[in-house]
Amino acid sequence: MSTRELFTLTNRHFKTSVGITAAIFVVTAIAGFIVLPFAQPWVQFANVWDAICSAAGVPQRAASVTAPEQSKRMSEVVLTSNTLSRPSQEAIGRGATLAQRCAICHGPTGVSRADSPNLAGQYAAVIYKELHDFRTGARTNAVMSPFAVNLTDQEIADLSNYYAYLPRLPAYHPTPQLPKPNIVIYGAPMRGIAPCGACHGSLDNKTGSPWLEGQSEAYMKAQLQAFASGERRNDISQQMRNIARAMTPQEIEQAAAYYASQPPDVVKAVD
Amino acid sequence: MLVNRKLILAHFWLAFAVFGIALTLGAWQMFIRSPIGTWLSNPELYYRSLTAHGTVMGYVFPTLVAMGFGYAISESALEQRLVGVRWAWAGFWLIVVGAIMAMVPIALGRASVLYTFYPPLIGNVFYYLGVVLVVVGSWIWVALMSVNLRVWRKAHPGAPVPLAMFANVAGSYLWAWTAVGAALELLLQIIPVAAGLKATIDAGLARVFFSWTLHAIVYFWLMPTYIAYYTIVPRAIGGRIYSDSMARISFILFLVVAMPIGMHHTFADPQVGAGFKFIHSAFTALVALPTLLTVFTICASVEIAARLRGGRGMFGWIGALPWDNPMMLALAFSFVMLGFGGAGGLINMSYQLDASIHNTQWITGHFHLIFGGAIVIMYFAIAYDLWPHLTGRELIDIRLIRTQLWLWFIGMIVTTFPWHWVGILGMPRRMAYFDFGDPAIAPQALSVTLSAIGGFILLASGIMFIVILARGMRAPQVDAGPYRFALAVHQPTTVPVALNTHALWVALMIALTLTNYGYPILNLALSEGTSVPAVYVGAQ
Repeated sequence: MSTRELFTLTNRHFKTSVGITAAIFVVTAIAGFIVLPFAQPWVQFANVWDAICSAAGVPQRAASVTAPEQSKRMSEVVLTSNTLSRPSQEAIGRGATLAQRCAICHGPTGVSRADSPNLAGQYAAVIYKELHDFRTGARTNAVMSPFAVNLTDQEIADLSNYYAYLPRLPAYHPTPQLPKPNIVIYGAPMRGIAPCGACHGSLDNKTGSPWLEGQSEAYMKAQLQAFASGERRNDISQQMRNIARAMTPQEIEQAAAYYASQPPDVVKAVD
Repeated sequence: MLVNRKLILAHFWLAFAVFGIALTLGAWQMFIRSPIGTWLSNPELYYRSLTAHGTVMGYVFPTLVAMGFGYAISESALEQRLVGVRWAWAGFWLIVVGAIMAMVPIALGRASVLYTFYPPLIGNVFYYLGVVLVVVGSWIWVALMSVNLRVWRKAHPGAPVPLAMFANVAGSYLWAWTAVGAALELLLQIIPVAAGLKATIDAGLARVFFSWTLHAIVYFWLMPTYIAYYTIVPRAIGGRIYSDSMARISFILFLVVAMPIGMHHTFADPQVGAGFKFIHSAFTALVALPTLLTVFTICASVEIAARLRGGRGMFGWIGALPWDNPMMLALAFSFVMLGFGGAGGLINMSYQLDASIHNTQWITGHFHLIFGGAIVIMYFAIAYDLWPHLTGRELIDIRLIRTQLWLWFIGMIVTTFPWHWVGILGMPRRMAYFDFGDPAIAPQALSVTLSAIGGFILLASGIMFIVILARGMRAPQVDAGPYRFALAVHQPTTVPVALNTHALWVALMIALTLTNYGYPILNLALSEGTSVPAVYVGAQ
């Protein structure tokens, strides 16, 4: 007995098993590729081949559907976890020079006294993304937009690296530390809200999300409201808009007040 | 004739040690996301634990049990010394190194991607390399099983291969081929991205590759259990196998139809055509066939034992069974759990019914009932049965063994039944936190609490299992005699070549893989623009 005697049509086990397997395959294929596609009255096929291609998952371009026109600009920034990592000393130096013009609002040490964001020690990818979005108009602000519109790619990168390089200083909002509100530590799972810290640094950082500790309460509140109303729209895939829309006004206030009262040194460092 | 006892014991001990760790993590997970635990504020810890639990329970534990049991079968069923002992040790150490290599990044929170990888999530490259080493180590076992059978055939030309070895080699071939899917996913898709050579990944294609592995791996886990049904249980309870041919047909059917069915895991995925989903669904229905054959044959075999013990009547023989025998108990529990789990599985494989339970807790309930319940309880039985032959010492705690099996059965039912139920209510799986204070899910709190209690019963049972085996290492010495497998009512003297070799069935398995996976894989591999940016776990 050897397998050579097995793989011949004279062996009835071979004939039967291959025959049954092939028959099952053919029957299920006919059912799956021809009978069932035509059994769906709501789908129209030009011919049998069309039905087979559809059932096989051949990519088809829908003929008459055009993408809806965007009335406003979308963010075009592509961030990876390697964006701007390991900057040179020269880049940081150039950024320091450029940052002179930012100091009036964001403070000479990157810590603001004007309810503008503190930039000292902010993740480089965050500054990079926001400056790009201000330049393209994906994010607009009466003060920031004119500053950003003439920046080159190189200048944006240098500024981002400079501010990321600065040490994180305690901010000018030294309210007594508040207990953690639920919206910050748990989010609200039933409304699809993740804990803030899942992206914003205290638990984990997702590329492009800023850390928030010690930022201006008024600024954070205004941004959450802008996200909720759709006025601000440079978040990727509406991540922040979806969250802000689902937050109650009280939760927005709690989150902003809580983060403003925190020292920035608890935030995860960048690798 | 068990010669390489140390080798087999090493596999079993490593398997049960990692099982103990993963079981503890599992119980903790059940607790922490139930209403009785306080919310742990970092969900990443939950996913870290979940990844470790899945990686150990899915890859390391069953593979080691199958390997250890496989070596034991090869030596005792073929009655020949294991050929390639050094290679076997090499395979064992590869698994040790691989498991450690995978566990370090998981423990550091660098690979919280869950054991099914979930691209475009990308973890630390050493996690994936560790898994690859585990698989490579197990492939050495596959090769050794094949080589040992070949050596035996040369010495016994034309003789029927003992059933246990025939089934064991079928299981090893099934594993060899089904692991190829995950290996392709890792080598072609994930590892290049994890190593930093690419920044995008074709997540759809990766999922199709994984589905190639994901369902047949279940039948690989199942193989030792089915081998125990056929070749250990009848002997242990004093009966005979009702039909040797039926057993062989069941195992070859697993080889053929376990493979081309994995896409029922991707029913909700848009990248696979509906026609292929239907074919996979139909073939999944066929895989019930070997299980039904087995249930029939084993019930008949058990009935033989009962009638030999004086059982009478249509159902009266059931009372005559040796219910104080742990093997009988394990079999009965295993069948009950297999019955419920199998019924749930029929829902999962139906294209339409699946929609209502897809990605809910129903699925986790289902595979814990089948794998953790029906399969693992027979792993316990196998260990109890083999232990005296491996250690040369008697297992004296029969009462404790029975308690352990009872607890495992009760624990698994208490864990998985409410789990299925909340799945029907729509509770999603893979969630680190549920706010049971919310009126929408508050009614599920009781079911989830019950599940968590079941988890602790399982943990207690698992600890008892390890204690029993450890005590068995110090018990008084005894000569357990040669390890034997059950005989059939009509012990085969000649077997048709088709049922004595695997070539035809392996060929059919590969052919069906080509027909059922060929086009979907090629289509995705050759299409432009199907890749998405990788999402790095733990990256800033």
